[in-house]
Amino acid sequence: MAASRAPWMEKPGPITRAVKVVAIALIVLVMLYPFTYVIFASLTAPGGTLHFGLIPSDWTLDAYRSVLSGRIIPRALMVSIGITAVGTVLSVAVTTMLAYGLTRTKEIPGSKGVLYLVLFTMLFGAGLIPNFILVKELGLLNSYWSLILPTLLSAFNMLVVRNFFMQIPQELIDSARIDGASDFQVFLKIMLPLSKAVIAVIALFYAVGYWNNFFSALIYIQDTSKWPIQLVLNTYAVQGSPISQIENPNAAGSVTPQAIQMAIVVLATLPILCIYPFAQRFFTKGVLTGAIKG
Amino acid sequence: MPPGVGSTTGSSAVPPVVPTTPPLEEETSPSPSSSTPPGSAKQPLPWRKRFAAGVRHHPWMYAFILPGLLFFVVFHYVPLLGNVIAFQDYSPYLGVTGSRFIGLDNFTALFRDPEVVNAILNTLIISFLQLAFAFPAPIVLAIFLNSLLSERLKRWIQTVVYLPHFLSWVIVIALWQQVLGGAGSLARGLELVGIESVNLMSDPSIFKIMVVAQVVWKDVGWGTIIFFAAISTISAELYESAAVDGAGPWRRIWHVTLPGLVPVTVMLLILQLGNVLTVGFEQLLLQQPAVGADAAQVIDTFVYFRGIAGGDWGVSTAVGLIKGVIGTVLVLGANRLAKRLGTDGLF
Repeated sequence: MAASRAPWMEKPGPITRAVKVVAIALIVLVMLYPFTYVIFASLTAPGGTLHFGLIPSDWTLDAYRSVLSGRIIPRALMVSIGITAVGTVLSVAVTTMLAYGLTRTKEIPGSKGVLYLVLFTMLFGAGLIPNFILVKELGLLNSYWSLILPTLLSAFNMLVVRNFFMQIPQELIDSARIDGASDFQVFLKIMLPLSKAVIAVIALFYAVGYWNNFFSALIYIQDTSKWPIQLVLNTYAVQGSPISQIENPNAAGSVTPQAIQMAIVVLATLPILCIYPFAQRFFTKGVLTGAIKG
Repeated sequence: MPPGVGSTTGSSAVPPVVPTTPPLEEETSPSPSSSTPPGSAKQPLPWRKRFAAGVRHHPWMYAFILPGLLFFVVFHYVPLLGNVIAFQDYSPYLGVTGSRFIGLDNFTALFRDPEVVNAILNTLIISFLQLAFAFPAPIVLAIFLNSLLSERLKRWIQTVVYLPHFLSWVIVIALWQQVLGGAGSLARGLELVGIESVNLMSDPSIFKIMVVAQVVWKDVGWGTIIFFAAISTISAELYESAAVDGAGPWRRIWHVTLPGLVPVTVMLLILQLGNVLTVGFEQLLLQQPAVGADAAQVIDTFVYFRGIAGGDWGVSTAVGLIKGVIGTVLVLGANRLAKRLGTDGLF
């Protein structure tokens, strides 16, 4: 374990080391056990047990077959995927454009005011009911747009990108403009390519946000056939509505309701688990660039 | 592909931005009012002129700003105005413009409502518990992880502890139910040793503790990031000289690490204060059916149930408005206090 110990550091005694090892084991166990338990339990055949509370005695994919051949879950997954894809593209486009538009407050009259307008929204939000009434008046209730437009832009993400843009050397931009590049070309050919890392960060932030969004769908979408996966998950895996509605009738009886619940949980978590390893190192960077100096 | 690169020409509160001529112009020096002859001569105000010149010289910049500005105006500032219904007997059929104004009736009704008192109490209790336990947890974890020497081990643990932050509350609650709920793995394990029907997730008496535990589980790892950054800026020489002076590991944490974390901690505390009246809306809403409103009604869920589910628009908007104002006042006040005490504050 000892990689580099400075000469002034004392060697930890055996008790200290033991305590540390136990602490690490506990932390990892508490964090990971729910995932592993749910994944394994979703794969357990009816009547099967979990050895050591973890490893199934009989494996089966029946729960997933049943859920995925039903109607409700595949539809909800498609809705969530669609909202996430469209929303992320729009959010990244509008965020980067606004961020670039606000980088030259001295040159662009009025842009400083816009910047303050944006900053103020971080301090004071309007509250639930006025937002709901706005969406209603715009005729967006029960529309998929209600899951995208109200959360299209985050002031925080915009500031992260803007900070990054401001650090791009001014000479690069100046020389491009001397060569006759328009502001649009500067944005497209210089700003965006040089900011891939930070754009990846906010794209992932937005994507995770859209995928996880529960609140918007809860209040804006009354038509259950348009529900994204988070709401369906809530209905069946948290509030415990009868599972029979989401199963494929042909596959019924072969799996326990609990395995079905767990399978939905896993399906809703899977996209996050898949992008997480790539995302994680970007995320920490992005958070720090934005958080320290706002 | 991007929405509204010049295409959104809706008439809004924003001056029209027309990116017509290709902006292949001469270098625009930051000279404001010197060059402005033709089209904009109607307005004598110098700012208008400067603005018109800006639009002419940098049409793209304004086109870039427009969609984002529209978003903030429509989805942040218009709802801000919508708060007038806190002073109305609002009816969806009459709309904001047609509803009757009733002065402060909604506000007085609110303080006579026992449900509101209960919601405020629950909110404050949960907030206090979070401040006491969930707030310091990342500091403790960051200091602990920092004491590990192996970089690989450290990074591996970070990967593990950051993970729950990216899950939605629905998933978190579902996971917790599967482990600690009535049919969960804990209950099953305890059945084997003869303890029946343990359900930690539907017990109102421990609900608030569970709420804080869930917050810690979900966000303790994520919270360490900012403290790690702060720890990494503490000079190693400080530790060394402390060690030379005979300070052991604990005293070094107390006299070197913790003081180094004060600025960041103050900043986060200020932010946290602005949120004392906001305790995880989704988290509470999801669990309210299981534990009941007595234990799980907080201000935000009250607004939701009274307003959107119950149709009592005026009162619930009034609650939301008061909450927003108090939150903002607290942030500004805490910021001023922090500055007075000699730290940087937030802004």
